[in-house]
Parts: sequence; C-alpha cells; structure tokens
Amino acid sequence: MEITFDLLALQLFTGLALGAIYVLLAVGLSLIFGMLTVVNFAHGAFFMLGAYIGVFAAEKTGSFWLALLIAPVVVASFGMACERWLIRPLYGRGIDYPLLLTFGLAYMMVEAVRMVWGKSGLPFDTPELLQGATDLGFAQFPTYRLFVIGVVAVLIASLWLLIEKTPFGLIVRAGARDPVIVRVLGIDVSRVWLVVFGVGTGIAALAGVLSAPLQGVSPEMGTSVLTVAFVVTVVGGMGSLMGAVVAGLLVGVVESMAVLFFPEAAKVSMFLIMATVLLIRPQGLFGRAGLMS
Amino acid sequence: MPRFLSLSHLAGCLLAGLGLLSGAVGAQTIKIGLPIPLTGPYGAEAKDQARNAELAVKEFNTAGGLGGRQAELLVRDDKLNPGEAATRTLELLEKDGAHFIVGGLSAATQLSINNVTRQRKVVYISISQSDVINEASDASPYTFHEALNPHMTTQAVGRYVFKKGMRVAFLTADYAYGHEMTRGFTRVAREMGAEVVGEVKHPLGHQDYSAFLPRIQAMKPDVLIFNNFGNDNRIAIKQAGDFGMKKGMQFVTPILTYTARVAGGASTYEGVIGGTQYFWEIEDKTPSAKAFNTAFKAANENRYPSDYGAMAYSAVKSLLIAVKNAGSTQSEAVAAALSQLRYDTYKGPQYYRACDRQSVQSVLVIQSNSKEARDPSDVFQVLHVEPGSEKLLRSCQELGHKG
Amino acid sequence: MKDLPMHTSVSPSSAPAPGTLRRILGLVERHRVLATAVFFAVFPLLMPYESVAINILIYGLYAVGFNLLFGYTGLLSFGHAAFLGVGAYTAGILISQHQVSWWLAVPAAIAMSSLVALLMGLLAIRTRGIYFAMVTLALSQCVYFLVYQLPASGGENGLRGVNVAEISLPGMTINLLDPVQKYFFMFGFVVLAMWLLSRILASPFGGAIEAVRENEARARACGFDIERTKLLAFVLSAGFCGLAGALNAIHLGSVPIETLHYATSGMVVMLCLLGGMGTYFGPFVGAALFLLIQDRASAWTEHWQMIVGAVFIFFVLFFPRGVWGTLLQKLNHGR
Repeated sequence: MEITFDLLALQLFTGLALGAIYVLLAVGLSLIFGMLTVVNFAHGAFFMLGAYIGVFAAEKTGSFWLALLIAPVVVASFGMACERWLIRPLYGRGIDYPLLLTFGLAYMMVEAVRMVWGKSGLPFDTPELLQGATDLGFAQFPTYRLFVIGVVAVLIASLWLLIEKTPFGLIVRAGARDPVIVRVLGIDVSRVWLVVFGVGTGIAALAGVLSAPLQGVSPEMGTSVLTVAFVVTVVGGMGSLMGAVVAGLLVGVVESMAVLFFPEAAKVSMFLIMATVLLIRPQGLFGRAGLMS
Repeated sequence: MPRFLSLSHLAGCLLAGLGLLSGAVGAQTIKIGLPIPLTGPYGAEAKDQARNAELAVKEFNTAGGLGGRQAELLVRDDKLNPGEAATRTLELLEKDGAHFIVGGLSAATQLSINNVTRQRKVVYISISQSDVINEASDASPYTFHEALNPHMTTQAVGRYVFKKGMRVAFLTADYAYGHEMTRGFTRVAREMGAEVVGEVKHPLGHQDYSAFLPRIQAMKPDVLIFNNFGNDNRIAIKQAGDFGMKKGMQFVTPILTYTARVAGGASTYEGVIGGTQYFWEIEDKTPSAKAFNTAFKAANENRYPSDYGAMAYSAVKSLLIAVKNAGSTQSEAVAAALSQLRYDTYKGPQYYRACDRQSVQSVLVIQSNSKEARDPSDVFQVLHVEPGSEKLLRSCQELGHKG
Repeated sequence: MKDLPMHTSVSPSSAPAPGTLRRILGLVERHRVLATAVFFAVFPLLMPYESVAINILIYGLYAVGFNLLFGYTGLLSFGHAAFLGVGAYTAGILISQHQVSWWLAVPAAIAMSSLVALLMGLLAIRTRGIYFAMVTLALSQCVYFLVYQLPASGGENGLRGVNVAEISLPGMTINLLDPVQKYFFMFGFVVLAMWLLSRILASPFGGAIEAVRENEARARACGFDIERTKLLAFVLSAGFCGLAGALNAIHLGSVPIETLHYATSGMVVMLCLLGGMGTYFGPFVGAALFLLIQDRASAWTEHWQMIVGAVFIFFVLFFPRGVWGTLLQKLNHGR
C-alpha cells in the first residue's frame, strides 16, 4: 500500500472531522476550567447524556435538527442545576473537591442512563439529508462528517464573537483573570459561573448529538472520550478557546496520521504529546502561566 | 422404669435421629457458582445466561436431582473485571461452599477464574470465547470449555465464505481475541486458496474508525472481516457501511451475537455474515433445540434463548449430567465423568476432547436479515451448520499438550 | 491565588470528650502500630469471609501509599495505578515465569515501583496543582500501554499463574490456599508497612511533608528542599503501593491489566477521601467502606454504581474529611 497524496489528504480530512468533536469537548472543558477553575470529570458523562437525549428527541419528534437544539438545552439546564446545588458549595475548598465531586457525578449519570435506556447501547442512523459521500476531488468523503466540521466551525466562530465582542464575554474574560475584583465591581460572579457551566456542558451535549450518527450511543461512550478531552484541553491550555481549537484539530490529525504509520501507537501518541507539553510548557500552548498551580 | 425410657422408645428415638441425620446429609445442596458480568456493557448477555442456567438447574431438580439432592445456582456479578471475578470465585468457594464454577464472559475474566479454580482443584466450565484456555499453560484436569473458541469459529465461517482467488482483508482489534481471529482466518484462507491482502489493526475500545477505513478501501478486498467484538464491532461495521464500503465487499465477522445485532440495528448489520454457536431457528432440524426452546419460552414469557444464554444452559446441564453419572460432587469423579460424557443438551451431539477438554460441537454460519423482518426474534438466517468435529480445533501438539 | 486549607477551623467551646475515651484515644494514637495490629488480628471475625478482609488489607495498603502523597504531602496524583500495577506485574512475572521465591519477588516489586516512581517523579515534580495530576495521569497511561504491549504480561488476558501455594518459614509452613492463613500472611506485611509508615511520619521528614502541604512557600523559606522532599514522598508512596500490588498478585493468583488503568487511579482517590486524608488509619476505613458498600450494593441491585456515586458525592459535600477524619475531629474537638 503506497502512500499517495490522495490518501494523505483523505487522512487529513478525516483527522479534521475527528478533531472537530474533540474541539467541542475541549472548549467546554476549558471554559469551565478557565472560569470556575473546576476540573469537570463528568464532562464525558454530559457528552453521553447529550447523545442519548438527542437520540430520544430525534425519535420523538422525528427530526434530527430539532434534536440538535433540544439536547444541548436540556443538558445545559441539568448542568446548571448541578453547578448550583452540587459544585457551588465546594468553592473555596481547593481544586480537589469539585474534581472529586464531578468524578462521583459521572458514575451516577452513567448508571442513570443505563437504568433508563439499557446497557447495550442504541443504534442511530445518519439523517437522510446528510447520508452518502461528497466528492472532494481527491476522494469521496462522508457528507455527514463535512457537516460536523461545518457546524463546529460556525459554533466556534459564534463563541469567539460572544467572548470577544459582547459585554457578557467581557465579564467572562475578566472573571477568569480575577474573580475577586469582578465581584468588587458589583457583578454577580456566581450567576456568570452558572451560565458558563451551562454553556460548557451544553456544548459537550452538542458534541454528543453530533457523534450519535457516527457511532451510535452507548453508556460507555463518555469515558473513553473524556481522556482525549483532557489531553486536548491540557495541550491547548486550560482556559484558552484558541488553545482548545488548535489542540483539538492537532490531536485529531496526529491520531489520524499515526494510524497510517504506527497504528499500535496511535493511542499512546496522544499521551506522549500531553506529557511532553506539560513538561516543557505546563500551561499548554496558549494557556496563561501560573493559572491553577 | 419410667415409660419414656423404655427400650423400644429409646430405639425409636435412635432410629428417628439417624433418619434425621441421613436426611440432613441427603438435603445437602449441590452448589454451582456462576460469576458473570451483570453490570457493564454485556449485562444483557449475562442476564440471559443466568436465566438459562436457572432453567438447567430447575430441570435437574424436577427430575429428582442426585438421589434427592437438589442443585442450587449462585449467581454473582464479576463486573467484567478479572480481579473482581477472581474475588467472587474465592467468595463462592470459601464462603458459599460452591462445588463447581461455571461462568466468565470475557476472555480475561474466565482466565482469572480458571486460575483460582485450578489452584484449588475445582471443576470449572468456561462459557467464554478464548483460544488461550485450551493451551497447556492455562489448562487443567478440572477445566472444561463449553464455548466455542476463536479458532473453531474462524474455520467454520472461513470455510463457508472463502472461495479460491478471493481477496480478504481484516480490521482487527489489537488484543488477544483479535489476533486469534486473524490467525484462524489466515489459516483457513490459505487452505481454501483465498488471498489475504492486508490487515489493519485498531486499538481496543476505539470509537472512530474513519482513519482506518481508507486504508482498507485501498486494498480492494472482496471480503472484509471485522475481528472485534461488542461495541467495537457495532461501531466499526456501522462506519464502514456509512463509508459505502458494503456495496463493494462482503462484511464478515467471526461472532455475530443477538444483542449486538439488536443494539446495532437492522440497517447497520444488514447482510453481514457471521458465526455463532446457537440460534433458535435450528429447532426445525434439531430435536434437542426444539425441546430446549420450548422449555425456555415456557419459563421466560415466550422469549427465545440467546446465543450466550444457551451456552450457559448447556454448560450447567452437562455438568449436572456428569454429576449424576459420577454419583457424587467430588471434583475428580465429576471431572472424569465430564471427560467421558457424550451429550446433546440443546443443539446436537457434543463431547469434550481429551487433551484440552474443549467441547467439540457444531458451528452455525448466520446472516443478518434486512430491516423488513417482521418478528423481532427473526434477526438472523442460518446459512450453514458446520458439524462438530476435531478438524475445527487446533491440534493437541500445537496447544502444547503432550499427546 | 492559593486557597487556604479549610481544615484548620477551631470549633467554639464544646465540651471535651469524656476522660476515659480521651485516655484510650491517646493511648491508641501513641501506639498506633500496635493498635492497628490488634485490630487487624481480629478483623477476619468481623468480615463475612476472608477474601473480603484480604481485599480490604490490600486496597487499604494501596490507599495508605497514596495517602502519604495526597493526604500528608498535599499532592494529588492521578497515576498511582502505575505503581500498584508495576508492583503486581513485577512480582507476578518473577513468580510465575521465573520461579523466583516470594521473599525475593515481593521486595523486587517494591524496588521496581519505587524506580518507576523515581523516573515519573523526576519529570512530574516540576509541575504543580492540577498539572501535576494531569502529568501523572498521562505518564501512568504510558506505563499502561508499555506493560500492555509486553508479551510477558499477557496483555488483555492478564498475567496468570502467580501460584504461591505454600510458604515455608523456619519452623512452620503456611498454606496459602487456606483463606485464614493467607490473611495472616498478608497481615504480616501490612503491619510491617504500617510500622514503617509510623516511623516515617514521626521523623523530621514527616514534619517536612506536612509543612509542604500546609504552605509550600513558607516551607521553602524555612530552608526545606521542596523538590527533594516531594520526590522522596512520591517514591516512598509508590513503594507502599508496589507492596500492595505484589500482595494482590499473590492473593488472586493473577494480575488483570485493569490494575494499571486510570480507573484504578481514580479509585484510590475515592478510598482516601472516604476514609480520611492525612490520617493514619483512615485509608483502611475508606477501603473497607468502599469495598463493603460495593459488595452489598452489587448484591442488592445491578445499579450499584449509582449508589457508590451517590455515597461519594455525599461524602465530598458533607464529610470532606472522610469517615475516620470526621470521627477523629469530633473526638479531639476540632484540632
């Protein structure tokens, strides 16, 4: 099997599609960490919950598009409830406690999904409109994956606009830098944190719904994706949107290329990258030094 | 002398006492431990295994048991974790006084259970797929393997599917099970004159196969074999189908389970050919299957037994037949009885091969039906039944057994 | 902005515990090794069966090792499964494949996990806080993959054949197939380890690690070599975990690959939290609580993970000092 340019290009695009999902997950995780300094170990569980609710909504309403809207909203509300009642009491106690709490929360969420929807997973077909492949010139590429890349690009752009150009975004950025001063300025930081947690988990849920046509849904789908999300967030830099995007795409492409050349090492390659980045530049590619030591 | 101390009364009490004693000994139950993964991704299979095992125990008890001694099933959750499985087995043996162990669903759990049972010379019948348990390093005089092993499955499916000159490609999960499947298929491909054009390995538990599929497409195979299991199998087949690969090649997978098919859905699995050790449809040609299906449906709301479940039924049933033949629950006696046993519990004649105690049995080649099937249990079509024979097994020498 | 640890609260004038209780507590604290030994000598009588008791000993020891780093030194590591696993695989491979006797295999396991910890520590110690946790996670995952690929480890199937049926000591033979004798064999190691821990904690080094936990900057200003202290704590902690791993390999007769998975790293954090971080006996309480809850819950319902998760959340919210920690706090009224 020779390595042609077409094959490389195809692997690259595949990596981008893979990376797109990683980007979504990392953005949510990074946002939550940057603003709340909470390491959300339940992020994978929110991803999975979003996927299941998406499948459920698609079945009930008959529309994938509606599911894309409903699932993130439902999960974000649940996420905000978690922040308000479970995580907020732990602020000020050190980083370890919210981490541990979300760890236990993940257990419960996965089991709850098993109780409602069974242990073996559910099938989910790609929506009719997006089935089939598109001719990209160098190869046929599944249309749905192009759609995913597109959705993620639009979402990231909107998020960037929100954070950089709106007053709310200003508060978010200020709060990440110095919550005490922001509070002194009279802004209710806890409400901002509530919304941020909701947005973060909502984005994770969206990633879940987008993943459903790719691999179906199963209760375990969150745990395996969580490690990747962490790797990407750490490599990009906790609290950095740009970092999440760059690192997500990077990890996706590297994984895709590694499969071509060293398939057995594909999974380890991710952790090696993470270890290397942490040792050389602990704050990640775009993170701020000293954040969360 | 007071009346109650008269000799006849004394004799009567003594006899009554003895009767009570022997009755107590006779009432000592035969305990069979069943460690299975009730929690985790294979919970559905495991639950069915428990139901099937209960049926076998019930049949044994209603037939009188062993001279009045009843059998009892002790189901434990091994959480699909080998360490937990070993602990459960220790619990069953030390606390619950289990005489025999049947169980294990994943290769790793059955091997760790086996390690505990063979150290203590306890009869263990494994109901999990693995080539390793037949090998000399893990085998023991007390370990029996009721399930198919990857080698048997690959030989049967390969013989049916491969034709001379066919191009065969593998998508293999990078762990023992996957490698065993590849090895088996490669061997039978060579026998049938088919050409293995390539193999792509993926990490276990992988969720996105898009990176691997273009490489496979470039090999232009006629047959693509998915050497993986469970979620990996379901996702890989789905994504390969999404990439449009089903049109150009025949999808084959060594083990096609009922639960995977249900979870994956009709359109994902449509047309996929696979192997299994049991599908209820064979009852038309096999009387023992008919009897088994009828009994199971009667006890389980008209549901058919699944593949993994039926294995548990057969394991427990054959074990209890051996116990009856041996007339005792002693490990040596029962192991000897099992070694000599010829049984037909649910799908045709079976027996345990002498050197590695592998159950020689038939293998079914099945194909998944399209979504138009009316009945939810009508998911597969039996294409071929490969009769049981030692030809399907690896030779004793190859497994490291002397003679 | 470094958060002040909240466990330095002073409770208002509450009545001191009754005199005898205080005296007993004082006695126990001063002779904690003996107290631990006595407790564990009678422990099997409290447990439904010996294998549960042995599991509690082993996982307790694993948590004790982790606690040395997390509870006493204040470093949260998410990679301790690596040390448990390296210890288990080292002992396992030596015993099953090289016919090495247990009294060489067990020390070798401790040495090996300490070595791995040294290597990991040299890389990880320069990071702080959450980054330290992430680096240890990443590095331990690398160890997982390395061991997985090693043919001697058995990969996915795990390592089998770690069969130590009999221990011949001068004067007696211990039959490890007898659960009670196996328990006391493990008990011996655990008591030894706890004695060692007691010595470590009572030494100047013990003071140093707690100083690092309380306020790193101040400790540095006092002249402690922070990096050396942390590294040593890391390595010692790994040694305890390596011992636990070796004992587990002998107990089960096999080593599952899951021993090295990050879920096992997560589990030990849970054990420490449930029991009480920074307490001498807490890790065993945590191990007992976790294993017994899991045992009972999984016998009761297949959805036991829900219960375990709920219990864990409950503890994080309301008993952050763990069962033992909270108990000690109540008895010593807020020290």
